[in-house]
Amino acid sequence: MRKVTGILSFLAALLALAVSCSKKTDNPEPVVPPNDKPTPLQWTKPSYFPDPVYDLSKNPLTVEGVELGKFLFYDGILSRTDNIGCGTCHQQPAAFTHHGHDLSHGVDDRIGTRNAPSVQNMAWNTSFFWDGGVHDMDMVPPVPIQNKVEMDELVGNVVEKLKKTPVAGATKQVDYPKMFKAAFGSDSITADRMMQALSQFMMTMVSATSRYDYFLRGDASAMTAQEKDGLSIFKQKCASCHAGELFTDQKFRNNGLVPNRINDQGRYTITLNADDRLKFKVPSLRNVGLTAPYMHDGRFTTLEQVLDHYDNDKPGNKDSIFVSPTLDPLLNVAGQKRGINLTAAEKQSIIAFLRTLNDDDFIKDKRFSDPGIGTSF
Amino acid sequence: MMKRTLSWLSAWAFASGLLMVSCSFPDENEDTDPIETGTIQLQFDNIVGNQDLQLDSTRYQNAAGEDFTVSKLNYYISNIKLTRMDGSVFTVPQDSSYFMIREADSQSQKLTIRNVLTGDYTGVEFLVGVDSTRSVMEPDSPGRKGILDIYAGPTNEEEMYWNWNPGYIFLKLEGSSDSSTTPNGKYYYHIGFFGGRTERTINNLRTVKLNFPGQKAIVTTSIVSNVIIQADIQKIFNGPTQLSIKTSPSLMFTDSTKYVADNYANMFNVKEIKIN
Repeated sequence: MRKVTGILSFLAALLALAVSCSKKTDNPEPVVPPNDKPTPLQWTKPSYFPDPVYDLSKNPLTVEGVELGKFLFYDGILSRTDNIGCGTCHQQPAAFTHHGHDLSHGVDDRIGTRNAPSVQNMAWNTSFFWDGGVHDMDMVPPVPIQNKVEMDELVGNVVEKLKKTPVAGATKQVDYPKMFKAAFGSDSITADRMMQALSQFMMTMVSATSRYDYFLRGDASAMTAQEKDGLSIFKQKCASCHAGELFTDQKFRNNGLVPNRINDQGRYTITLNADDRLKFKVPSLRNVGLTAPYMHDGRFTTLEQVLDHYDNDKPGNKDSIFVSPTLDPLLNVAGQKRGINLTAAEKQSIIAFLRTLNDDDFIKDKRFSDPGIGTSF
Repeated sequence: MMKRTLSWLSAWAFASGLLMVSCSFPDENEDTDPIETGTIQLQFDNIVGNQDLQLDSTRYQNAAGEDFTVSKLNYYISNIKLTRMDGSVFTVPQDSSYFMIREADSQSQKLTIRNVLTGDYTGVEFLVGVDSTRSVMEPDSPGRKGILDIYAGPTNEEEMYWNWNPGYIFLKLEGSSDSSTTPNGKYYYHIGFFGGRTERTINNLRTVKLNFPGQKAIVTTSIVSNVIIQADIQKIFNGPTQLSIKTSPSLMFTDSTKYVADNYANMFNVKEIKIN
């Protein structure tokens, strides 16, 4: 209650400031009547999630801002060829990954070097991308936009294209100046606003309604005996890296994958620190049953293959764990076979548990769905 | 922490802005001792050995005997200081101290610096690149606008910024060479890295100090000195560590970029000072 009062008085103070300043600004925009102001949108975190990393105070959510972010997310106008949006490679039914694509697939059928990660629970990410190069959600969209094999466009050009909407004769009429005005109070279209709107939308993309979540909230019947068994094995054998309710410790680790043909060095390409060679960000496992293929280069198509890799007991394969100086110590315990020892039954239980992290509400939630402007292939 | 500091700073700036709006009145400080200032120009002239640099059309040869053309040459110059005869230093105000030299844009090569304290200057000092302070500022902060705007203008158009590993590309040199082993015969040198945001990385920022040879740059309220600074591209290849296009046709995010930075840190010299 005290918090609410605090927020109210803060808002009142803001309003007072806004009123007292309104005559002194030289903004040529007509004053927007109060009822045209963006509608604040309350953001709440699931109680058992940690506090968000993203600083909402610098970019408070509004209904109109989130809506604009959703349009930008799906609109191919962000790409050089005008036909690849974020939603092209981050598709809702696959928990915002690119179903059936091991590597990202961009303009002119160009192929990237890494698997498209899920866009979910972004609010809690301490870093982004497989190599963790970016630390601020607002700086995430320019990476695929300007990547030559993804959207191959300049942010500056996107801003110019957005200003020229709606495009006469276009099949999809989107009036971005109008949407920016609704979201930010004036129709000025800037890259900063564009990134903020995209962040607002991504902030809302929270997955916390899987069967596991219902179980956590006290519904013991939400999981079967095998799934509960899988959960306890998971906690013993997997949770040191896939930690907490987001199922990641957010660290960079070398999980013993044989380097691929391009010898992707992962985190090392950001830090140039030899200790970071072959390390990649530990991904969240939420919705993992929906986000195949797996690993930074999509080399495994099933969860069974993933666990076989960690178990390191494939018939006919002496050692699936690639040994290098940065191999994670948890996979290389002295006096023990490398990897994580798992029986066939344990693997089945773990996989059964992992599937309880599939969030059907999340992948069907209309708030996150393509508003009818998306493209896919 | 950084973010918190910044938001406090911006709140403070906002508050002081309000104060200024509400309290501004005509300047009545006419009777105090005026500080006299003038203008100085730093003009960058990119050359290759003893020839003027021509984009694309001219083929040059480096000390390794490799032929090359230059199709693109861009670099940031920032944090400019001018040294006086008595050893004292005039630091160009931070917000007026960021430039990007582009060979393809002659206007970009002439840096006009105003509000310089009058006096006789005998040297100049600058950074090749963009310092870490600006590199880690929020992209929407005022200090990251203008030439440092990563989403608009030359930095965006010339792609002088790594989005995936956020940081400015301090110097970008590209061209063609028969010695290049890339499929298209081009070579690419993109040198960045400011020392790291969350973890220490290599730091390719280089400070260049130049003395004016036997000449002074005079700044008065009416005299504008034009300091012609030559940048010799040959020295990017032929510096303390010889650079071979055949061995390294592409240098972007590797440790060895530091040798390229060491090389180009030595490519500048003051050719002459013209008094206008």
